[in-house]
Amino acid sequence: MSTRTVRSIFAPGIALTLLIIAGSALTSAQSAQGPTSDDCLACHSDKSLTTQRSGRTVSLFIDGKRFSSSVHGALNCTACHADLEGKDLPHSTPLARVQCGSCHTDEQKQHSHSLHGKAIARGDNLAPRCVDCHGNHDIVPVRDPRSAVAPLKVPFLCGRCHREGTPVQTQRNIDQHNILENYSESIHGEALLKKGLVVAANCVSCHTPHNILPHTDPNSSINRRNIAATCTKCHAEIEEVHRKTIRGELWEKEAHVLPACVDCHQPHKVRNVFYTQGMADADCLRCHTNEHLRASDGRSMFVRAADVAGSRHAKVACSQCHSEVNASRVRPCETISHPVDCSRCHEEIGQQYQRSKHGQLLAANDPNAPTCKECHGTHHVLGKHDPLSATFSTNVPTLCGGCHREGKKAAVRYTGTQHEIIQHYTESIHGKGLLKSGLTVTATCTNCHTAHGVLPSSDPQSTVNPKNLPATCGACHHGIEEQFEQSVHSRLVTKTDKELPVCSDCHSAHTIRRTDESGFMLDIMDKCGRCHAEIAKTYFDTYHGKVSKLGYTKTAKCYDCHGAHDILRVTDPRSHLSRANVVATCQKCHANATRRFAGYLTHATHHDPKKYPFLYWTFWGMTTLLVGTFAMGGMHTLLWLPRALQMRRELKAEEAARSNGTGGEEKTSGEEGRHAD
Amino acid sequence: MPTDLELQTPETEAERRPTRSQRPLPEHEFVRFTRLQRTLHACMIVSFLSLATTGLTLKFSYTGWAATLSRLLGGFQTAGFIHRSAAVLMFGVFVAHLYNLVHLKKREYKSWRALLLGPDTMLPTSQDLRQFIATMRWFIGMGPRPQYGRWTYWEKFDYFAVFWGIAVIGSTGLTLWFPIFFTRFLPGWAINVATVIHSDEALLATGFIFTVHFFNTHLRPEKFPMDTTIFTGHMPLTELKRDKPLEYETLVASGKLEEHLEEPQPEIVVRTIRFFAWIALSIGFSIVVWIIYAMLFAYK
Repeated sequence: MSTRTVRSIFAPGIALTLLIIAGSALTSAQSAQGPTSDDCLACHSDKSLTTQRSGRTVSLFIDGKRFSSSVHGALNCTACHADLEGKDLPHSTPLARVQCGSCHTDEQKQHSHSLHGKAIARGDNLAPRCVDCHGNHDIVPVRDPRSAVAPLKVPFLCGRCHREGTPVQTQRNIDQHNILENYSESIHGEALLKKGLVVAANCVSCHTPHNILPHTDPNSSINRRNIAATCTKCHAEIEEVHRKTIRGELWEKEAHVLPACVDCHQPHKVRNVFYTQGMADADCLRCHTNEHLRASDGRSMFVRAADVAGSRHAKVACSQCHSEVNASRVRPCETISHPVDCSRCHEEIGQQYQRSKHGQLLAANDPNAPTCKECHGTHHVLGKHDPLSATFSTNVPTLCGGCHREGKKAAVRYTGTQHEIIQHYTESIHGKGLLKSGLTVTATCTNCHTAHGVLPSSDPQSTVNPKNLPATCGACHHGIEEQFEQSVHSRLVTKTDKELPVCSDCHSAHTIRRTDESGFMLDIMDKCGRCHAEIAKTYFDTYHGKVSKLGYTKTAKCYDCHGAHDILRVTDPRSHLSRANVVATCQKCHANATRRFAGYLTHATHHDPKKYPFLYWTFWGMTTLLVGTFAMGGMHTLLWLPRALQMRRELKAEEAARSNGTGGEEKTSGEEGRHAD
Repeated sequence: MPTDLELQTPETEAERRPTRSQRPLPEHEFVRFTRLQRTLHACMIVSFLSLATTGLTLKFSYTGWAATLSRLLGGFQTAGFIHRSAAVLMFGVFVAHLYNLVHLKKREYKSWRALLLGPDTMLPTSQDLRQFIATMRWFIGMGPRPQYGRWTYWEKFDYFAVFWGIAVIGSTGLTLWFPIFFTRFLPGWAINVATVIHSDEALLATGFIFTVHFFNTHLRPEKFPMDTTIFTGHMPLTELKRDKPLEYETLVASGKLEEHLEEPQPEIVVRTIRFFAWIALSIGFSIVVWIIYAMLFAYK
């Protein structure tokens, strides 16, 4: 396109400029009072001349040479800085804003109606004015490569604001992303920037330089109705190429019923790829609406037209997905040799999928490998925000459960530690939140495992790999992640060869419970005890441990003293158990606790003579007392037993004798005789 | 030897039923314990069993039994409440006994000297040592059964074991009950030491009471299955003659025996007493079994 367009736009401007130059030359000649350019430069050629504008130091230096060689070189300063007319020098600051529109009337008009102009009118400080694109004292013709608006520079000029991460892109409502990047990689961008074809379309070729309007505006050059005209400014007679779809002039006449250029050739992403030659959906549906249509292998080839119409791909032509069709054949689809490749459009997702376990299985020709359609369906594909979609958050557990439920194909080949995944998830806090409380923001399978990049936790790239897990959980539990990453358990803090715990080690993966449920509270000692075996054992020797062992939660558990996620070494002054904090920690339960009270040994054991000699010797003292007493008492009893049994026998005999009426006296006297001895 | 009876004062009863005490029948029984003493022992049983059961759940918290029992008792807070209430009862029993001693000194002995150094004293005497040696000889078949008096040496041992136990377990128990108060003047680790002492001394007390004491006073084969004297307060005369011959002879010699005789308790009272005593014995034995299981098979 471009020089022609640019010329057509700028030619009147240049003519006007020349006129004004002539006019102002006359004016300056007539007016002897106004300052001349030389008068101005008397001060402004000083490089050290500065002023303060909104707190910043701004240079007021003007390069006289560059100015005189600019398109405005013949003009007097006052031609633009009209408010200097008739003023004495040096003038007061600041000067009024230069009104380019007083000469460039048409451009000014277009600009004020454009997105940029309206934004300025709203007071949007990010909106560009003339000077932001064109510069001020050194404006050169567009064809001059030094011009700020030369074709090669336009993408970067626009990209100054329309680039990822800029305030405009992040704070204003712009629905295109990576605009500059995508453009640079598009066929237009490559032609312009790599091959130096200055005629290749740049930003202003489609958006116009000054009349930039949103695509929803019917007057916009990129509106659906106008896009064909915009594209055909360069791509003349493209209808010939799009013979089947367009049927000649229909494209321009009935743009509202036909696909617009951008439906296939995405704006900014236009690629140098082969787009399937004009296949109309109607051509496909001629055969595929037949319910009995079957492939040679017996698969139904029936397509319910309503499915496609109600899907996310309602506006996508059959041939965009089912590529490889050849419109010149009677059955255009007979040339299809590969299944649909969604990644042709969903490129990034396709790459994620290929790296995922699912993709790896597919690459290995595993018959169980799920492809896009297993989850997303085929013609009736719905977005994940549609409650009817299989990928809607509340449906995800069922979707994944299709393979990962116990006994299903993914579960039977799985050799890891997680079982009854779906069942456990459903009973977990996340599962209850999602399925019982209907909170669609609750974590479901894909929140932790990702939707397309699913990898086993052993893979360092996996989102559920221990290394990455805090960040994965932190996506929702950000406050917790912040605490955790500063704790001793964080890999960022503690450098060790030993395995450090992550979220799942205490909270589990699929059976995550509320932390205020007794089950969680009582398990935590065993969880901590997996690594801190000795200290957990001694905890159970103390009152707190014994009470919790009995199944009661209203007593200090590991995290009540050490903190849950913000665990620090007790030597760290920020620790809950540091000298400065320990009394307050005890006071959480023991309201009037004192420093001496805090001296209670919460992990004391009487088995360690070095660490706890008092306890050790007390215990052994008591044990000696116990053993001694029991030994004496037991011996006494055991020695007594035979005598007592003998006495019992004698008493029985005596009783028997008494009931017989005879012999009793003898026995009794015999016994008494013994006693008397 | 003087024949003063130490502890029982059945005068009021005797006055109420003068006709009966005046004509002792063969079935009349010797009154060994007063009503207050029997009540105190009953309270002691209730208190001791409660303390032992609730306390041991904590000591043996690592056994499944403990958790079940704790749940049955209504949770550790309820168990703790029972434990402390029973402790208060125990202190009450102790104080009541001391009061009883003071009372007894005033009414019966007039002086502490008579109470503490008289023939029926609870304090260990040289006679106890002699009887202990004689008992040992009897055990190994080298002599006859000694002539025991009102209080045998093992009964005196049991009696002072309670004093020792209440002092040791009671003081450490109070420390554990009011740790914040006690750590005003004790170091924090004193609570740990108190825990060890409290727990081990309690183990000693329960173990001793439920084995040695049960055997000595209730389960000796000649008395099997139960000696109800401490519950009824009565002892058959034949048993007095056999077990406490010295006391019997002293009473007969002073002619005061009849003052100490009473009709047996009504059948229904004895039955009820036996029923509750059985419950207490069973609980005690269960605890012994549990202790042995916990110490031998589940010790951590």
